Amino acid sequence: MSEIFTAEFWGQYGTLLLEGFRDTAIMVGISAVLAYLIGLPLGVLLILTGEHGIRPNRTVNRVLGWVVNIGRSLPFIILMIALKDFTRLLVGTYIGVTGAIVPLVISAAPFIARMVETSLSEVDAGVIEAAQSMGASTFQIVWKVYLPEAMPSLVLGGSISIITILAYTAIAGTIGAGGLGDLGVRYGFYRNVSSMMLVTVLLLIVIVQVIQTIFNRVSTGIDKRLR
Amino acid sequence: MPVSDSIIQVRDLTKTFGQGDASVRALRHINLDIKQGEIYGIIGLSGAGKSTLVRCLNLLERPTSGSVVVDGKEMTALSEKELRLARRSITMIFQSFNLLMQRTCLHNVCFPMVISGVKKDAAKKRAMELLDMVGLAEKANAYPAQLSGGQKQRVAIARALATDPKVLLCDEATSALDPTTTNSILSLLKDLNQTLGVTVVVITHQMSVIEEICSKVAILDNGQVVEEGLVTDIFAHPTTDAARRLVYPGGDIPELLVDSSKVIRVAFNGGTAYHPLIASLAIDCGVKVNILGADTRNIDGKAFGTMLLGLPEDENEAAKALSYIRAQHNITVEEVEYHV
Ligand SMILES: Nc1ncnc2c1ncn2[C@@H]1O[C@H](COP(=O)(O)OP(=O)(O)O)[C@@H](O)[C@H]1O
Ligand SMILES: [Mg+2]
Repeated sequence: MSEIFTAEFWGQYGTLLLEGFRDTAIMVGISAVLAYLIGLPLGVLLILTGEHGIRPNRTVNRVLGWVVNIGRSLPFIILMIALKDFTRLLVGTYIGVTGAIVPLVISAAPFIARMVETSLSEVDAGVIEAAQSMGASTFQIVWKVYLPEAMPSLVLGGSISIITILAYTAIAGTIGAGGLGDLGVRYGFYRNVSSMMLVTVLLLIVIVQVIQTIFNRVSTGIDKRLR
Repeated sequence: MPVSDSIIQVRDLTKTFGQGDASVRALRHINLDIKQGEIYGIIGLSGAGKSTLVRCLNLLERPTSGSVVVDGKEMTALSEKELRLARRSITMIFQSFNLLMQRTCLHNVCFPMVISGVKKDAAKKRAMELLDMVGLAEKANAYPAQLSGGQKQRVAIARALATDPKVLLCDEATSALDPTTTNSILSLLKDLNQTLGVTVVVITHQMSVIEEICSKVAILDNGQVVEEGLVTDIFAHPTTDAARRLVYPGGDIPELLVDSSKVIRVAFNGGTAYHPLIASLAIDCGVKVNILGADTRNIDGKAFGTMLLGLPEDENEAAKALSYIRAQHNITVEEVEYHV
């Protein structure tokens, strides 16, 4: 194990690890942004059309709930393989960083929708009623009440979503997506370079810790209920 | 269109929740006329339908049938957009304040102006004036979590006034506050009613609130208005059971121990506790009175609530007792009709 502190190890694997880290960061970053672009509006719609929402609509709510649940119930690896042709159609390839982003987004978006729904449901119904009583439109209530009031909770949810996507990228790595997961599998497992396995695991642990810490700090930092 | 000096006119309003066997008839055939500039009370026990009624006035709740005219507009006929506009002149405050927790007091007060398209700078300027009016200018940059209940309600009042409403609806606005704070909020509402001319509708389950600021009152019982009129009249001649339950403190009306020709209702608004009053009445005037019922609370050595007293039959003694009680601070007295 001590070889991970040697210049030889880093001379041989340093670039690979750096590239792996870069690929993971790109996959997680782009997937998270795209998944939020889909998941956030979905979560908002789930809240608005819910039984106690300001735009109750049972049909829309049920259909959305269904779609989200289907997305949530498929294991990522199955989804990734099942979507292979769709992915190639959409972005030209189903391997590498680009190929991984499509299933990552499709898998994370429903998860994010539920996270957003939960965060928004924590906003006091009385505050929503007050905004309605002032003549706020649905759009204004979403934009100026729901989202800002739920922001600390949404930020916390953000860290969970990102860490989940990070875990997915490691799975994606097993079928050629690149990134740290790919390194762990290729070197740590197939070539039995235990030091590589150790380093990728350590890196992943550090990344998760850093993300969690940053998001926790931001969440408490912006929460005005706590002072 | 019929000419009317009522700013709020409710006709045959009915609201039923749910359907079939599970349905709840929350409001039945309600008729109300609330005049411009009035402070109008709606009182009833929990579950009587007060919140539903007040929410039907700004159409937060859509009536099942009937008509609600506010400021000349038939509210039930408005389109969604027209309704949002109308709501700017019928604003509301709540028992739980319902402030935006992630915004400063200033931004809370700006909120209704910003959503109605007022420029940011103009909104801020007006918001500062309003915060000043409710006595909280120095808290402009504080967040709601840093305020006491009374201060939160003041911010909520400033916010409710931001769009220059004609009507201010208050749903149990003081029910979460202690008696001293309640009184200060009530006198603020009274002031605003007088200086701005805003019509105030006060929903409460507390008689003391009605007594403190309302000129007229409707008693709501089981979804129906069972009595309506001047507060003084209703207090003096409650004719229905529901009204008597509210007017005569303590609920049950006890048997008279001695013959009393005259019964008075004494309201304590934060003066000395009531036991010393009865005792000193006996000592100072030599007059014994019957306590027929009492619903008073002692808070920090001050009495709040109401008490029903039977005065002696002897007219001189009765008059003596009456004038003695009238001379006390923070006590109001009314003669009432007493049905045994
Ligand atoms: N959204 C609702 N759905 C079903 N029943 C309701 C609803 N809102 C109120 N009710 C019922 O209507 C009645 C009156 O309630 P409410 O207006 O809140 O009374 P109050 O404010 O006087 O306590 C109660 O029986 C209550 O359970
Ligand atoms: Mg209520």
